[in-house]
Amino acid sequence: MKSEQRQIYDPVSETPTSYVREGRVGPDPHPPMDFEAYKSTALRHPKRALVYLPQTITEITGPQLGAALVGETDNDLTIQHEGMPIGERMTVSGRVIDTEGKPLRGTLVEIWQANAAGRYLHKWDRWPAELDPNFSGAGRSLTDDEGRYTFTTIKPGPYPWGNHYNAWRPAHIHFSLLGRAFVQRLVTQMYFPGDPLFPFDPIFNSVRDPDARERMISRFSIHDTVPNWAHAYTFDIYLRGPGQTPFEEAH
Amino acid sequence: MIFPTTPSQTVGPFFAIGMPWDGGPLAVPEDTPGAIRISGTVHDGAGMPVPDSMIETWQCDPFGHFADLHGYGERSQLAGFRGFARFAAEDGDGRFEILTVKPGRLPGPPAGGSGITMQAPHIDVSVFARGMLHRAVTRIYFADEAEANAADPVLASVPAERRSTLLAHPVDGGYQIDIHLQGERETVFFAV
Repeated sequence: MKSEQRQIYDPVSETPTSYVREGRVGPDPHPPMDFEAYKSTALRHPKRALVYLPQTITEITGPQLGAALVGETDNDLTIQHEGMPIGERMTVSGRVIDTEGKPLRGTLVEIWQANAAGRYLHKWDRWPAELDPNFSGAGRSLTDDEGRYTFTTIKPGPYPWGNHYNAWRPAHIHFSLLGRAFVQRLVTQMYFPGDPLFPFDPIFNSVRDPDARERMISRFSIHDTVPNWAHAYTFDIYLRGPGQTPFEEAH
Repeated sequence: MIFPTTPSQTVGPFFAIGMPWDGGPLAVPEDTPGAIRISGTVHDGAGMPVPDSMIETWQCDPFGHFADLHGYGERSQLAGFRGFARFAAEDGDGRFEILTVKPGRLPGPPAGGSGITMQAPHIDVSVFARGMLHRAVTRIYFADEAEANAADPVLASVPAERRSTLLAHPVDGGYQIDIHLQGERETVFFAV
């Protein structure tokens, strides 16, 4: 019985061949909504076939909420309180681009994250790690004319969760992008290079294409690292182009 | 050159740290004449409410104009019209409520409109939640728009017996519609 309870999630070492092959079946970079290893998907994914929605004017337009929502210091998560939050200070910056390579100007980038100990400032987070009175963990930024955004924050810690025995989320920052059109809306997570938890995380591995998984991993940049101040990570985000059709089979 | 997109990931259970704004659920200012509340509950496959779910809506104004242009048609003249609402509660119970106005009719596909088909009043909806690896997209139509609904090309593409899952029903002060991610009454979701 104990061994059953202690079943870790380790798709790479258990089923390397099929895993890799499966990851190559199609060009869809997005995870399936039904992914057994991530248990909460079981009751939360549509079982009926999706209906193809042609791109009408409602789908090719979208909210441009920028300026009114973003305060001058909203992109610096280290100065929202009296003191400096504990942790590895860093900048996260990159470009928001569509799949045709065009930058998205003035688009809203929203992030939220755990603190350095892996604890979220949320009443439902039960992980017994310290909250940091100097860290709330939310930021907003508007892209500039080249589609560039920048945040200053601290590196979030990994944390355990209840999905399976000894389950830990790799350190990540949640990103929310509105894009310019309803069809471009994207919520994703940014990971850090070389995280030893990658092979054991069903959420990361729900993206079946290994190349697509790589696109969720930021790059460390020594060039953008500010001497004696902050590490720098780069994370470019690609939103679908306006003319792209869905990958899913339509009925 | 076509670049592949960045993959989607779940919002997780703690999106309320970053996603709510003041006035987030308001697609129009609160004093807008003719404003309606659209409310409902997100249910999972066991029929239980999904407390850590988030809803976003996008629509045109009653005259068929959007808050943002991108070169398509005239910009909405309705004061303070945002056309976008986000309902994201830290202590959610699966219920959502937005304030908006009933959208007007719009040309059907192709985008921009050939004028051959007209869409019924509709609101595009994104559903996010812990346990959802990417958003589910649906639409809200209005049960009291039978004539317009009958001519709507998107509704026509939905199997007839499932169309009712997209209809919001009039209630005091607005409309009510539940979203079922799964199960007997599973909502129609779209591939966009």
